[in-house]
Parts: sequence; C-alpha cells; structure tokens
Amino acid sequence: MEKGKKFVYLDHPADAKFQAFGRTMEEAFSHAALAVASLMWQPEKVKPRQRRVVIVQGKDQEQLLFKFLSEILYLFEAKGFLLGTVKDLRIKPPEKETDSYYFLEAVFEGDNLDKSYPIFGEVKAITYHDMFIKQNDGVCLQVVVDM
Amino acid sequence: MELKKINDYTWEIPRQGQMRVPAVIYASEKLLGTIKKDQTLEQAKNVACLPGIQKCSYVMPDGHQGYGFPIGGVAAFDLEEGIISPGGVGYDINCGVRLLRTDYREKDIASRRRQLLAEIFKEVPAGVGKGGVTKLSRGVLLEILAKGAEWAVENGYGTKEDLTLTEENGRMKEADPSYLSSRALERGIPQLGTLGSGNHFLELQKVEKIYDPEVARVFGIDEEGQILVMIHCGSRGLGHQVATDFIELMENKIGSKGLPDRELINAPIKSPLGQQYYKSMCAAVNYAFANRQMIAHWVREVFARVLGSSAGMRQVYDVCHNVAKIEKHRIDGQEKLLCIHRKGATRSFGPGRPEIPAIYRPYGQPVIIPGSMGTASYILVGTKEAEELSFSSTAHGAGRVMSRHEALRRFRGEEIKNQLQAKGIELQSTSLKGVAEEASAAYKDVDEVVRTSHEVGIGRLVAKVVPLGVMKG
Repeated sequence: MEKGKKFVYLDHPADAKFQAFGRTMEEAFSHAALAVASLMWQPEKVKPRQRRVVIVQGKDQEQLLFKFLSEILYLFEAKGFLLGTVKDLRIKPPEKETDSYYFLEAVFEGDNLDKSYPIFGEVKAITYHDMFIKQNDGVCLQVVVDM
Repeated sequence: MELKKINDYTWEIPRQGQMRVPAVIYASEKLLGTIKKDQTLEQAKNVACLPGIQKCSYVMPDGHQGYGFPIGGVAAFDLEEGIISPGGVGYDINCGVRLLRTDYREKDIASRRRQLLAEIFKEVPAGVGKGGVTKLSRGVLLEILAKGAEWAVENGYGTKEDLTLTEENGRMKEADPSYLSSRALERGIPQLGTLGSGNHFLELQKVEKIYDPEVARVFGIDEEGQILVMIHCGSRGLGHQVATDFIELMENKIGSKGLPDRELINAPIKSPLGQQYYKSMCAAVNYAFANRQMIAHWVREVFARVLGSSAGMRQVYDVCHNVAKIEKHRIDGQEKLLCIHRKGATRSFGPGRPEIPAIYRPYGQPVIIPGSMGTASYILVGTKEAEELSFSSTAHGAGRVMSRHEALRRFRGEEIKNQLQAKGIELQSTSLKGVAEEASAAYKDVDEVVRTSHEVGIGRLVAKVVPLGVMKG
C-alpha cells in the first residue's frame, strides 16, 4: 500500500483499472468511489449542495463493492448527480454464515450537473474482472471499470 | 501456453484441461505479438470451457483483453445445453456502426467542411452528461425498446429503406422491455439520441481506395473522393444497466463458483433467467438501433441545410458488434440453430444468407470496420468461408493496445488535435482529455487487422475510407 494515497490508476489495455486504499474497509470503499468519480469529473471541485443516501446489499464484499460503485453511475446518468465526497459510510457484515447479506449505507454529498462542471469521461460499468479486496494491516482493493 | 500454428494467419490452442473445444485465433505474426502481451489467450481458453460451446472459441484479428470474454471474441452455444452470458455480449449492448453514402465528392464540401462538422456537433448531442433532445415518457421508451429503429422511422426519423439496410431490419422482435429494471429505463430516458463518449464517434469521411469496384458499387460506393458519414455508438447507459442487472441476477441465482473469472457469469439459455436476459438484451439492441437511426436523420438534416440537399444519402448498412443472436449454422454437415455471442466482432454473412438485404444477397453483407480516431476505416464484405471459419464473423475495429491511463501520460489532447489538423482532419470534441485517451497510437494498426481478415477469408476488402472530420463525445 502506498502511504497516504487514496487510490492509484493502473494500466489496463481496454479500460480503467485502479486500486484504492484505506485503514478500514469503509475508508477503502469511500476512496474507491472517488476513484470512479475522478474518471468522469473532479469530485474535489463539486460543491456539497445535495445529499443522497445510498443503501446497497451484497452477498459478498465484492458484490457489495460492485453495487456500491454502480450507484455513482446510476445517480449521474439518471439523476444528473455528481458525487463530491462520501460521508458516514458504514458496512454491516452478515450476521449468520449462510443466507445473509452485507449491508452498506453511506451519504453522497455533491451537486447537480451543470455547465460549471466539465465532464471528461464516461464509465460504462463496474466489472468483476480482476477485482480483489485484501485486508491485512489496512485494506487494498482493485477494480476494473468498462469505459 | 501451447499455441499451434495452423497457417500464417491461424493459431490454435488445442483442447486441454477443462476446455470443451479448442480456441482459434486469427492473427498475423505481428498482431499475435500484441495479443500475447495481455490476457486475451487465457480468456479465449476460459470461454472454451463454457457449457454447450460449439466447435471453437474464436478470437478475431483485433482481439484484445476484455473482462471474462476477450474483446474480438466469438462463441456459439447449443440452444439445449448451452449458456448465454452478459459478459459475452459486453456492457455496451449493440454498440455498432452505421454508414451513410452521399452523392457529394470531396471538392463539393471542401469550403464548408468545418461548418458541416460544427453544425453536426450542435445537432447531435455528444458526450457524457449531455441529455438527449427528446424528453421521453416511460411509455414511449417502452415502445422504442420493443420496436427499435421502426419506432424512429414511424416518428419521422429517416425512411423505411433505412430499416431494410439495418441488421435485423432495425428491430429484434424477441425484445421484451418488461424485464428491464426501473434503473435501466431511468438511464435510458435522458440519453436517447446521444452519441456518448469513449471510443464512440461520428466521422465525415472520403473514400480513399476501392479494392472491389463491383461490390463497392452495390454498396453505394462509386468512386474515390466520395463523401461518406460513419456513426459509431451503442445503447448508452440503458444497455450498461441491463448488463449490470443481469450479472447480479445470475450471480444470485446461479453463482460464479467454478468459473475462472466472475465476469464469465452465465445462465443456461433455456432457463427463465437466460431467456429474460436474451429478451432484455434484444430491447437494448433496439434502443441502440433507434439511437443510430435518429442520429443519422439529424446528420441528413444538417447536410440538407448546409449543402442544399441530402438526396442520395442512402444508408449503406448498420451493423452490431456487441450482441448475441440466434442463427442457423452448419456443424458437422448438420444445420443447427445456435446462440452466437459476438463481443467486439462483426457479423460477416456471405452470399445467399436470407438475413441480409435482398440487394446485397448475391454478394454478402457490408462489414463496417471503424478505425481509431484520425485513422482509416474499412468496408469489407462478408464471405461464404466465414461460415465455416468463424460462425460468420470478423473484426470490429482496431482494438486498443494502450491503457487510457498511459495514453493520458503520453499524449496531450491539444497536440493530437493539432496533428489531426495538420493531416487535414477537423476535430470537434467535448473533452480534450477524451481526445488524448483515444489517440490512434493507443490502438492496433487497423490496416493490419483488415488485411488479416481479408487473408483469412472471414471478411474481404471492398474499400478504404479516411476521415475529413471527426466528432467525438
């Protein structure tokens, strides 16, 4: 893990690949969201004028991540919402071994799309290809997105 | 990995391990060199392990690493024992290419080329975050999903002749929009009639070279210097959402245990879920057909306004290059219905196939292969041999060799724009970053790709076209 970095982009011939880091799973997921947003606009320039509550469930951590990141694309394309920062992200692991889901809840702060925000890319979809989530000292996760 | 040379352009990975069939790669030595550098071969092998696969897992000359299935991958599945896979179609369902011919020659548009392109850029909503021009109701969207380009023509976008010159006549009849999620519809509503970004583009082109004058003439390509318009786009967020939704449904219902890559997730084609995916995919295919139909209509309007007339702007053809289709093919001398997955591959039916327009039937279908930004594109014709060699398929484009990330490190949008201008190519784009990402040096050599297709015999060269103006989302 690279110290202090939230995420890095890696080379992938067709699409975009990144790794996101965090001390906790929650932090790594939040940074992954910024990595996806940064492929399309500059999240750090987005004013915190709107809030969206995001709730997803997944049968494992990978599916949880896949669905969480897919929310960004849906909110952008269907609602014209640009993610700026991720707040209060919480992950609840399954209570039982079988037949239970991971739950994720977070607040997206951001703004509605307008001319003041240049859009420079389009992520078509999140994929499972080469995805991993590793937890040792901290968390490192990797995602390839279709562009 | 064992790779057997069959001839100068054909390579085989023999059956081994879990593979049910061999994998066959069509590539020149040079293309094979780049194919070997990424996971393409491994991915072709993985596809060969899927249930019900027939004959071979194929890689077209522009093959490169995808996720799950390779891009440039073709795989046919038995309808009884086989599977259908969203990853085998791709996220951008019915990403495809439409080509319009014109009666104009280079000299006719020379002084107004810039204006033409600027007007098209104004008329056709381009990039991301730019909503379509039509405010759709959900009811109308459902109609579009069921009827495809037919809906567009009924509503004044283009002519009935366009439909006959589109794969599937612009409508896959098996579409059932009722299986689409609310999210897919919500993403589809604001984006109808938009080009999108990434590798999608709209080009003003001129015919640079004609290799096969007889076939070219049938396609509407009369002479060098003739102006054509090429439109490359797909089903936008709606199609992406359909793929995302069904990957999740299949994961939850069937699971990805035993699959070497989670993106190979699939469902038996006979199963309710497999059928639901197929019918939803058909609806997304229809959306993309309607999309290209509308864009083509606006392009004709601009030509009429700027140059005085759009007469003669007949459609050459419209091809899908991310799709699964039910087609009849011969296996061991027996005719059989199969589900053909083409992910980044173009259908290349030869003479006599009933699916292709009557005017092209004696010759084979037009195969439209877009190059990368600022490079040549090609028009090929489908062949009889392709049925035997590749389930009637060939390449779909140049194929990336460099990541977007590396392209951004190496190129600047402004520089690329200047280089294009120096070559006499106008560029209109919403994002210079996007221009850098799509720099032609990030792609394989499209000339080598089509030459290989021609040599193998899965798509024969008809004409080469070069851009005069590029609009990029």
